[in-house]
Amino acid sequence: MSSVASGPTALDRLDRLARLDTPVHRVDPRAKVITTAVFIVCVVSYGKYDLLGLVPFAVFPVALATEGDLPLGFLGRLLLVVSPFALVMGAFNPLFDREVVAQLGAWGVTGGWISYASIVLRFLLTAGAALVLTATTSFTGICLALQKLKVPDVLVTQLLLLFRYIFVLGDEAHRMGQARRLRSFGRRGMGWRIYGQMLGQLLLRTFARAQRIYLAMMCRGFDGQIRMNRRLRFRTSDLVFMLTWSAAFVLFRLVNIPLTLGHLVTGLSS
Amino acid sequence: MSHHTISVRDLGFAYPDGTQALDGVSFEVGHGEAIAVIGANGAGKSTLLLHLNGLLTPEHGSIDIGGIPVTKGTLADIRRTVGMVFQDPDDQLFMPTVAEDVGFGPLNLGLSPEDVAARVAAALARVGAEHLAERPPYRLSGGEKRSVAIATVLAMEPSILVMDEPSAGLDPRARRRLMGLLQGFEHTRIIATHDLDLAAQLCERIIVMGGGRVLADRPTAAVFSDDALLEAGHLERPLGMLSCPVCGAAPEGDGSAPPGAAAARHT
Repeated sequence: MSSVASGPTALDRLDRLARLDTPVHRVDPRAKVITTAVFIVCVVSYGKYDLLGLVPFAVFPVALATEGDLPLGFLGRLLLVVSPFALVMGAFNPLFDREVVAQLGAWGVTGGWISYASIVLRFLLTAGAALVLTATTSFTGICLALQKLKVPDVLVTQLLLLFRYIFVLGDEAHRMGQARRLRSFGRRGMGWRIYGQMLGQLLLRTFARAQRIYLAMMCRGFDGQIRMNRRLRFRTSDLVFMLTWSAAFVLFRLVNIPLTLGHLVTGLSS
Repeated sequence: MSHHTISVRDLGFAYPDGTQALDGVSFEVGHGEAIAVIGANGAGKSTLLLHLNGLLTPEHGSIDIGGIPVTKGTLADIRRTVGMVFQDPDDQLFMPTVAEDVGFGPLNLGLSPEDVAARVAAALARVGAEHLAERPPYRLSGGEKRSVAIATVLAMEPSILVMDEPSAGLDPRARRRLMGLLQGFEHTRIIATHDLDLAAQLCERIIVMGGGRVLADRPTAAVFSDDALLEAGHLERPLGMLSCPVCGAAPEGDGSAPPGAAAARHT
């Protein structure tokens, strides 16, 4: 199956996971969105060569995933699928930055490798947290939270429609791919040029569909804002969730815990 | 004055690429009438429907809904009165769950959350889709999507229902259910369709379109017994009005056959 068509399947599974009922799922979406935002800001604020200080942050996605009954294998595979971006982005660091900064046995670790590892780790942490957020809140829940947090309606509408129609688009792409494979023999008909033309076709179809959806929305009184008849309740426990985790992130950021622990241990033994 | 009437006079419309889609279309629809609009592909059916609640603006001519002309200023009222069911339910179901989709229109009308919930429940019950309320639309079958799309329009409580190809893509049982549903409505109905049996069974009157014009506007039986007209409109008699392909027996007028069957047999 093409990757375009399998994408929606994974999204569908994420959406089903978001319908589970666990303590993490029950936390108010706004609390989870804000906590995840604080998490991401803290993680990306680290310097280029920071590696050790980032490690404690892994507690957040792992704890939420475990508490939320999420299948770790599935989330891991999804992370792998989206990881090439980060892997390629930092791939040249080891080539350009060859200054040896540490010695690991016989291997002189260069600054390039450390910054590369830092990029990959930061990617895994932030993307992992975003996945866990989606799988415990649902895409719609996130949109609702954003709307209540006064994010502009245009953006929320875009996100809502994106999630709704990615399945339709996936189906359409899948059917087009199938139609091509049926009439392609060997290499003929499977070239990049045809692929480009198909993408163009898909874009035009998307425009036409967008037009029809807009008409359907106009018919039912759309005025630029999508209203949802859902009530959110922000309880004390949500506040506690948000503040505790955010405080932990700030602590992780200010105090390099693995290093401090290391100093403590070596200090004790010496 | 009734809100359930439609009056179209000398309607003309050309698409930006120059295609003359409608060319002097005129007709009247009375309170509670069920009208089918039939004709070949590209005859102008869908374009006509899009004019009925102001989604397209005519080049010339006018449309009155319940005595109110369709203009920019009256659009909100017109759209509340005329409910439109689109051909592809995927275009119409854009919200995360079925209940939210059905509630979309009523919320935009400014109803309270309780009233919206009541309307959603009533509309879903009307089409027999209560059990789908919490499902995301992309996980519904074709027939379920169609029912829900109709519910989204019913929740607005329109007086007039306009439908584009309501039976397209449905399996025979889903189609039969849909027909039962449409038959039970007291709204004024305008149905554009290629499903001639559906047209014959549900509608007393038929408008035949061709090349952007009205070729005929007559009672159902008169349209389906006029072979020259059917030929001109790229149409044929409904299957229910043809003799049995196996034994050659003529259709029976026992109530299961469409209203025009008997007339067709005797011409």
